[in-house]
Amino acid sequence: MAARKPSTRTASSKAKAPTNKDFTQEQDMSAYEDMLLIRRFEEKAGQLYGMGLIGGFCHLYIGQEAVVTGMQMCIREGEDQLLTSYRDHGHMLACGMDPKGVMAELTGRKGGLSKGKGGSMHMFSREKQFFGGHGIVGAQVPIGAGLAFANKYRGNDKVSLTYFGDGASNQGQVYESFNMASLWKLPVIFIVENNQYAMGTSVSRSSAQTDFAQRGAAFSIPGVKVDGMDVREVYAAGQDAVEHCRSGKGPIILEMNTYRYRGHSMSDPAKYRSKDEVQKMRSDHDPIEQVKQRILDKGWSDEEALKAIDKNVRETVKQAADFATNDPEPDVSELYTDILV
Amino acid sequence: MTIEILMPALSPTMEEGTLAKWLVKEGDEVQPGDVIAEIETDKATMEVEAVDEGAIGKIIIAEGSENVKVNTVIAILAGEGEDVSSTGISPLPTETFESETPGTASLPAEPIMVEVASDPDIPEGTEMVSTTVRDALRDAMAEEMRRDDDVFVMGEEVAEYQGAYKVTQGLLDEFSSRRVIDTPITEHGFAGLGVGAAFAGLKPIVEFMTFNFAMQAVDHIINSAAKTRYMSGGQMGCPIVFRGPNGAASRVAAQHSQCYAVWYSHIPGLKVVMPYTAADAKGLLKAAIRDPNPVIFLENEVIYGKSFDVPKLDDFVLPIGKARIHKAGVDVTIVSFGIGMKYAIEASEILTNVGIDAEVIDLRTIRPMDLDTVISSVQKTGRLVTVEEGFPQSSVGSYIASEVSKRAFDYLDAPVITLCGKDVPMPYAANLEKLALVTTDEVVEAVKTVTYMK
Repeated sequence: MAARKPSTRTASSKAKAPTNKDFTQEQDMSAYEDMLLIRRFEEKAGQLYGMGLIGGFCHLYIGQEAVVTGMQMCIREGEDQLLTSYRDHGHMLACGMDPKGVMAELTGRKGGLSKGKGGSMHMFSREKQFFGGHGIVGAQVPIGAGLAFANKYRGNDKVSLTYFGDGASNQGQVYESFNMASLWKLPVIFIVENNQYAMGTSVSRSSAQTDFAQRGAAFSIPGVKVDGMDVREVYAAGQDAVEHCRSGKGPIILEMNTYRYRGHSMSDPAKYRSKDEVQKMRSDHDPIEQVKQRILDKGWSDEEALKAIDKNVRETVKQAADFATNDPEPDVSELYTDILV
Repeated sequence: MTIEILMPALSPTMEEGTLAKWLVKEGDEVQPGDVIAEIETDKATMEVEAVDEGAIGKIIIAEGSENVKVNTVIAILAGEGEDVSSTGISPLPTETFESETPGTASLPAEPIMVEVASDPDIPEGTEMVSTTVRDALRDAMAEEMRRDDDVFVMGEEVAEYQGAYKVTQGLLDEFSSRRVIDTPITEHGFAGLGVGAAFAGLKPIVEFMTFNFAMQAVDHIINSAAKTRYMSGGQMGCPIVFRGPNGAASRVAAQHSQCYAVWYSHIPGLKVVMPYTAADAKGLLKAAIRDPNPVIFLENEVIYGKSFDVPKLDDFVLPIGKARIHKAGVDVTIVSFGIGMKYAIEASEILTNVGIDAEVIDLRTIRPMDLDTVISSVQKTGRLVTVEEGFPQSSVGSYIASEVSKRAFDYLDAPVITLCGKDVPMPYAANLEKLALVTTDEVVEAVKTVTYMK
């Protein structure tokens, strides 16, 4: 990867658009595999849900894989923090949490990452610095600012990646967080995963100002619009943003324009958008197909080798599903543990 | 190898549905994510996507079939060489998991009882210093901040203004603006930010100017701070103190006059402390700051300026979860906490003059509640009056009464009386406000009632 020019961004709310650089072979290959793992994992989760093995809510990340994959390439894994909403399986896989533990949490088993007590929306990893998994829309945003506050308090240069959606962007606490983050120059990247729908309400029906990159303007927070279906663009914008935070310039907003193929949750009637719209995104903008095509065009790999990667990923997912369906439920004695220490 | 495609559930409650339409036919090749069928319930229509790659071998349930049970095999996917051979998981019947096989459990699920230590002994000859509750709280914070750099205090007007009620007076000078942080007026935001800082390992003291304003932040106190340890299977903790004045002040009307003790006491994952004396305020706030759990620390504006003896010790820490017998007695048990203790103590002094020797218990901690001390006392006196300023329905007193009736019913010589504030929003007019609050006279009358003196 060629060295990027240092950012010349100022406190203006208009930040420069990310410059899209080609990936190296290694970057494209790893992005392909990382995104494929999320895609196959989520498909399997959907299947297990359909079989009644996963209960409650189950929000799939299919279509949005490039966002977390690209951002994860920009940070120091295990040091920089990340947290997100309830649509969180992709983030957990991207930061290296064990697919078996994630899937077993979805099925509510003993070996789940939260011992089966949290479920799909509530998983955490101190080791990977993943701070959830939050079920209340927007609540992760001030918490993410608080992680950044701790970094600044301790005088380290860690960055907090705080993900939320276009829907959460209309919660008041998001702006309370913007204000404090800018006032105190907290190292937090606010990543708006704009998948165009807040549950079943489109952005244009829910938001008076649909330019989410500009939502920080009133707080002097710069914002960048990013094609969240192109992992290279996510990476380029992410690198600039991480540099911005590490150098003490305070928060920055990245609006990732992306798309969710599946429903909001499993029981989504999909009456609020057309099949053509979904199909068009899948066929023209799929984040994984884009990378695959590049890999083939550049001759970095061939169909057969990519199939082998797919097979490996499927095997990982199969093992996760097998574990998650055979692992026992938590011991009943766990009912009263982990409340206080 | 072949893979069975099953009738999926759209929700955990769905048991059957209509297979409305097949979008593929036998022999078609499918890729993961391809829509292969549509199913309907009374609530919604859903697309069924292929999870595995392969060719549709056989369609077993014809389109238009109604009442197809979840997990029925609806089609067979024919394997396509090695790629498919590793894809399918063996579909397990749902019944296996609905039949509640409780794993390897051997122990019944029971609440975990934690033994709480008693108050530390105060060494003979320890100097007692008359201290206001306000200064005791400040001293507790200052001592803990000197001891641990991870402790900081944030809230509205805590720094340059020196605290809206002067509880943080002097802290900015000693600890600088890094650790004594004025926030914007943004309770929801700074409560959440404090929780994030605590997740990262800091030990925030979040001051609410009054607990009335914490209503704006209650989601973070309960959903983020209290529940995360459980939801993370014990991985995450939230060592945070939310503190500030609670309950009625004077002539500030309904929105600024409410006791939240019972609200927070409802929540597993929280500790709730509400001291009366300056010594308890100091010792318990120090304990709260050191506690690895989220602690709600309820103070009272009316008693900030009241002085009590505080032992002059280098490190005076009291146990959270232990009641204090303020005055021993044999005729009746009066249980209270916070400002309610003022009325309880005044009443016990009046009652002494009419020959009633009341035992007065200061709960100090509302959750976890030291019921053992209350029960032991009731077993001795046979009579119980509880005193608090909060509203009557689902009050702290009503919980105590129900526990006492379970554990000491045979010892009771009279029905328990639970004195509370009146069941009205706090009025502004001086005369009405007085009527709305619990009074010393009411405590005296209640004790006379349970001792059959009237």
